[in-house]
Formats: sequence, C-alpha cells, structure tokens
Amino acid sequence: MFESLTQKLDSAFRNLTGQGRLTEKNMKDGLQQIRVALLEADVNYKVVKKFVQEVQEKAEGLEVLKAVNPGHMVVKIVHDELIALMGAEHRPLARAQNKATIIMLVGLQGQGKTTTCGKLALMLKKKGHHPLLVGADVYRPAAIKQLEVVAGQAGAQFFSLGEHADPVDTCVMAQSEAQRLGCDTVILDTAGRLHVDDAMMAEVKRIAAQVKPHEILFVANAMTGQDAVRSAQQFHDALPLTGVVLTQTDGDARGGAALSLIEVTGCPIKFVGTGEKLDALEPFHPSRMADQILGMGDIVSLVEKAQEVVDAEKAVKFQQKVKKASWDLEDFLEQMQQVKKMGSMGDLLKKIPGMSKMMPDEQGMADAEKELKRTEAIILSMTHLERRKPKILNASRRRRVAAGSGTSIQQVNRTLKEFDKMKKMMKTVMKGPKGPKGLMRKMRMPSSPF
Amino acid sequence: MATGFLGRLRDRLGKTRTALVDNVRRVLGAGIRLDDAVWEELESVLIEADLGVNTVTQILDDMRKNAREKHIDNGETLIAVLKEELTLLLSPGDHSLHLHTESGPHVTLIAGVNGSGKTTTAGKIAAKLQRDGRKVLLGAADTFRAAAAEQLTIWSERAGVDIIKHQEGADPASVAFDVTDAGISRGADNIIIDTAGRLHNKLNLMNELKKIQRVIQRRIPDAPHEVLLVLDATTGQNGLQQARVFTEALNVTGIVLTKLDGTAKGGMVVAIQKELGIPIKLIGIGEGVDDLAPFNAAEFVEALFG
Ligand SMILES: Nc1nc2c(ncn2[C@@H]2O[C@H](COP(=O)(O)OP(=O)(O)OP(=O)(O)O)[C@@H](O)[C@H]2O)c(=O)[nH]1
Ligand SMILES: [Mg+2]
Repeated sequence: MFESLTQKLDSAFRNLTGQGRLTEKNMKDGLQQIRVALLEADVNYKVVKKFVQEVQEKAEGLEVLKAVNPGHMVVKIVHDELIALMGAEHRPLARAQNKATIIMLVGLQGQGKTTTCGKLALMLKKKGHHPLLVGADVYRPAAIKQLEVVAGQAGAQFFSLGEHADPVDTCVMAQSEAQRLGCDTVILDTAGRLHVDDAMMAEVKRIAAQVKPHEILFVANAMTGQDAVRSAQQFHDALPLTGVVLTQTDGDARGGAALSLIEVTGCPIKFVGTGEKLDALEPFHPSRMADQILGMGDIVSLVEKAQEVVDAEKAVKFQQKVKKASWDLEDFLEQMQQVKKMGSMGDLLKKIPGMSKMMPDEQGMADAEKELKRTEAIILSMTHLERRKPKILNASRRRRVAAGSGTSIQQVNRTLKEFDKMKKMMKTVMKGPKGPKGLMRKMRMPSSPF
Repeated sequence: MATGFLGRLRDRLGKTRTALVDNVRRVLGAGIRLDDAVWEELESVLIEADLGVNTVTQILDDMRKNAREKHIDNGETLIAVLKEELTLLLSPGDHSLHLHTESGPHVTLIAGVNGSGKTTTAGKIAAKLQRDGRKVLLGAADTFRAAAAEQLTIWSERAGVDIIKHQEGADPASVAFDVTDAGISRGADNIIIDTAGRLHNKLNLMNELKKIQRVIQRRIPDAPHEVLLVLDATTGQNGLQQARVFTEALNVTGIVLTKLDGTAKGGMVVAIQKELGIPIKLIGIGEGVDDLAPFNAAEFVEALFG
C-alpha cells in the first residue's frame, strides 16, 4: 500500500552518511517522513508540529557517523522522545487510606467505559480487593442493566438507584452502600457525554464534587482521530482527571491519539484495553505504544538498528580519544562496564573468531575476571576528577582509594601504571598501520585486564 | 430537513466555534495573497478534520495547480473552489436510502466496530419508518454484548415496533434467520437487524457477519437490501481500514456517520468515498430518536470549515 517508514527514511537520509552534522536542512526530508507517519497514526496536527520541532532541536548538530545510517539516528531520537513523553512504564491506581477508594470513569459515548468498569473490577478482585460497580448512566437504554451483567461476570458487587434517579444521588449513595457491603473500592460508571454538552458536563462535575473520586479516568478508544485533543481538553478543564484508559488497542489503529491525550491532559495512560473479554486489560507499555504509533513491527527493527547507533557512537568517540591520548580512567570504567554488560570475559572472548585458540585456561580466566573486578573497584573509589586526571593521585589520595576499594596501595599503583602503559600502547596501535588488530596480540592476558 | 441539520448544529455549537475557523477567516477572508501561511492554515484545517495527510496533500496539490491555472490570487476564491472540489469528491454514488421492495420485506443490516452507534441508528431508522406508516421488525443479532438485546428492546418500544431476540450467547445467525422468517410471515415491510460491534481485524467475527448475511439470503435471496456500516465521526484514519474490511466481508451499500453533533468532523469519509467509492447515506446528530438526517455533501463540506 505505502512504502514502509524504514524505506522512506532510508531514502530520505541516503546521501547523508558521513556528511558531518545533522542540520535543519539535511534533516528536512527525514523529519517530513516522520511528520507524515505521526499524522497517519492520528497524532493531532499541532501536537505533531511541536513534537517534530523538539526532535529537530535535539538532533541538530549531532555528528553523522560513518558507520551508521543517519535516518536510524533520527528514528532513535524520535522513539526515545515518544517514550519520554508517554512516561514511566506502569502507573498503579491510587488507593485511599482507611476508606473506600473511589474510581470514576468518564468520556464520550461509545468508548468502552462500562466494559472497562468490569475489567477494573475483575483486576482488583484478583488482587484481593472488593469492588462495587455503580451504574450512573441513566441515559443510554439498558446501560445500567449492562453494568449489572458485567458486575456479575466479574464477581463484583453492583449498585444503582436505577434510571429514574439522579445519577448524582446514585454515586453519593454508593459510598454508604460500599461500607455496608464491605467493599473497599467504588467504581462509578458515568454516562458517555459530549464535551460540548453543557448540561451533561455540569452533571459529571457535580458527581465529582460530591464524591471526590481518588481516580478520574478518561476513557477513549485507540481509533480516535484529531478531535481527541478537543474532547480531552474540555474534560480536563471540567474535571481533575488522573489518568487515561485507552480501549480497543486490539484493533489495527496506530493509536496516535494516545500521544494527543497525554499532551493535553498531562495524565498518564494507566491501562489499555486489549479485547472484549473482562480479563483483557493491561498496564500501559510506552515503548510498545511508540512502536505502534510509528508503524508496528517495522519500527521495532529500525529501533534495534538505531540502538546500535549508540554503541557505534561511543566506539567512535572512544577511538578518537585514544588517538589523542585523552582517554582517561572515566572512559576506561565505561568501557569495562559495557564489556561486563555483554557477559563474562570468557564468554566474550569465545565469541571473537580465532580467539578460542589463544584463550587462557579456566583458572587464568577466573583470575582475569577477579583482577577486572578489583580494577573496577579501584576506579570506582576515585573521584571524578581523579579519574579524569590520574596525575593528581598523590600518596594520600592513593591511600584513600586503596582503603575505599578494599585493596592495597601497591595494587592501586599497579593499576595506574598498567593504565598508563596501555594508554601509550593503544595510541601507537591505533596510529599504526595494522590498526586495532595488533592490539589483540599485545594484550597481556591474563595477568592484566588491560 | 437539510437546513435543519446545519441550523441545529449551529445552535448547539454556536459558542464553541473554534479559533481555527476564525483563523481561516482571518487568513483567507480578505483578498490576502496566497502565501505559505495560507496553505499551511488550510492544511491544518483539513488534517484536523481527519481527512488524513495523504488525502489532504493530494487535494492541496490539485488546488495549487488550480490556483495557478485559474489565476486565483485571494483566499476567498480559493476556499470557495476548495469547497466545490470537496463537494464534488463526496458526490458520486447513490447517497439515498432505498427502504422499499416490490414484494416481501426489505432487509437492512447494520454493522460496525464497537460503540460506533449501531443500535441507536437501528432504533432511529425503525422509528422513522414506523412514522411513515411502515410495518417494521427489529432483529437483535447482538447476542454477545451484555444487555444489548435489552437496549434494542427499549428502542423498539420508543419506535413502537416489534422485535425478535434470543438469549444472550445465542447464535447471531439464528436471530437473523428468525427475524427474516418472522418478517415474511408477519408481512413486515422492513426488517432491521442490529449486529454486535466487532473490530474488523478479527477474522472469526467478520466470518460471523458473512454467515449472518448468508442466512438472510436463504430466505430472501436479494437481501440484505441495505447494508449500513456505522462509523463514529471521532474516528481517525482507521476509518478507511474499517470501511475496506467491512466492505470485503459484506455488500456494504452505505455509511452512517454518527456523532456529528460533537466537534469531530468525520473527514475520513472523504478518503472512504474517494478510494472505496462507498457513499455516505445518513448522519447521526444526537442520541434522540429524531437525530438522524440524510447526508448532504455541500452541507458536510460547509461543516468541515465551520
Ligand atoms: N452524541 C451522539 N451520541 C450517539 C450518536 N449515535 C449513538 N450515540 C451514542 O453512542 C453510544 C453508543 O451507541 P450504541 O448505539 O450503543 O452503539 P453500538 O454501535 O450499538 O455499540 P455496541 O453494540 O456496544 O458495539 C450511546 O451512548 C449512544 O447514545 C450520535 O449521533 N450522537
Ligand atoms: Mg449495539
């Protein structure tokens, strides 16, 4: 149907590799593709505009590395920004102390509020709570009946004064009913309403003012388009919203409304609905949502590629530092920690082709591993300044480092000497015609980790 | 009836007219020269009306050419031409409902994703037909959602028509069969069948719809005569995909665009009409029994900008 975002971005950035820095001009096409992708996903026009602007500011001036596709660099920034905007992984529901927690669901018509009430009740029941479902939709025919059936399915208590009562009264009465029934959570199912319906908005405000809910969740479906900003804004102006529930995420909509909703309400998305059954309610995963907004699986691989950018970037910086011999203990620590992330030294060395032949025995390996840990402890005991400028490490500083790392002054001295030697050696190796290949040969294993 | 819709909407939305509209007026109203700001403003209005970035880009590219060729140099003329273009885009096809057959009952099947307004629409159509003196039978083929049959029952009472329903959890196709059968034996003029909301990417649920259609055809071979896809005007670009997939499963004859009484414009129907050629037949403008109106392209376009 249409080219994937990957292809579009690849072609937009094709001629950019190794071209120095990202600028407003050379990013223009790429950012345009991202803009289109976000609009296709239903992110609001103004939200997109602001977002792309921010991404551009973040990306501008970044160095384009030889090794990586600049398109991937930009996607990485876009993806990270999306996730940052959408907030932390899981936001649990608020709980009241010493009294029943009141959760109110609000939103436009047909968003899935009643079903979500049932899902929340089931989820809370599974956690050992006792929810009471309260039917306050007196307008839609049989809405209260629907909630009663759903409550039964969830094994939760149900209460309503019926469709001839004032929904405000129902919600107020529900609190004493909860006490009587020993319920610790009250879930209010309010009628769907338009944000421009003044009378209906006044009603929902009255309910909120009377019962003072601990959570007011705005329920919106994932297929919502551009108008999400307007309805959410007006609900937010009328009520102190605490969160958003995004329903029907099991469809094939890209769900860009999520971003619009977060942008205008400033509230986190607390849950997503993933099906019609009552157990189909899940915590919100920002990275999954970001992937989906940018275009599903496509982008996942893109982001993985983009992830490599980070490592490639660091590697290049490292090389440059080594060449200039401005490499310091801070960098070394980082390198060491990166290596550690990848697994044990032995595992790592085994992965390098041809390395297994020259690998030391098990005992030697274990010694090296121990040595590496000791070295790390020593560097960690230094101040940032000491790591940047090892020269300032006089006798008393060295004594402090030794004590802090549980080693001896001799060991600290040796570490510093080895580091100095290595720095010099690396410099010549990097400059030498053989490049880093020679490095391996000169590495002294296993007596030194360097 | 047509003026009624816009007038009613204006009354309701009078004070919520947005700055956006004023912006367009400001930018486009007077004889201002067409510069980038004007085009951008137009783009924002159309995209925020959910026409979709691809459709908008195509339309505006055409407009640029148009403006060059016809030497349009001011906003007022431009917007008039644009409105004309959009109205033209939305006009092809048969936009009117045909609820009569020569003999035997006429069958209308109503489908769509969850919460789009199917049951309400079924109730509104039934009431309209009943008022026109027709004998109507409603079929509650949503046997899945809790209290769906009760909801339609209340609508049947409001409309003053009969209803056929089964137990919750029953086979929806058997409801469809029964209501068709009952319609024939009772000599009904119209049968209106409400179905459960379903997401179009669930294959088994789409197959269930096909089965409902087949079952109806067993009794009345040329039925269902109208297959209405109910779309919520707040829906974004996914609306096109919904229309595409529902049309593959059923012989969709038209779209009902609901909830136009809110601030959403339902602009995704432009792409639906343009790319799939499915005409919009009705619009929903409220929750009341009378809040259903025929679609009028010119008015719809007018509302896109206001
Ligand atoms: N404001 C407004 N609300 C509408 C309109 N049409 C339907 N609704 C409301 O939207 C909500 C859902 O409508 P239903 O008719 O139950 O929708 P449905 O498609 O049958 O829903 P499911 O069967 O659950 O999939 C109800 O609260 C209706 O009152 C409309 O044109 N305007
Ligand atoms: Mg229904």
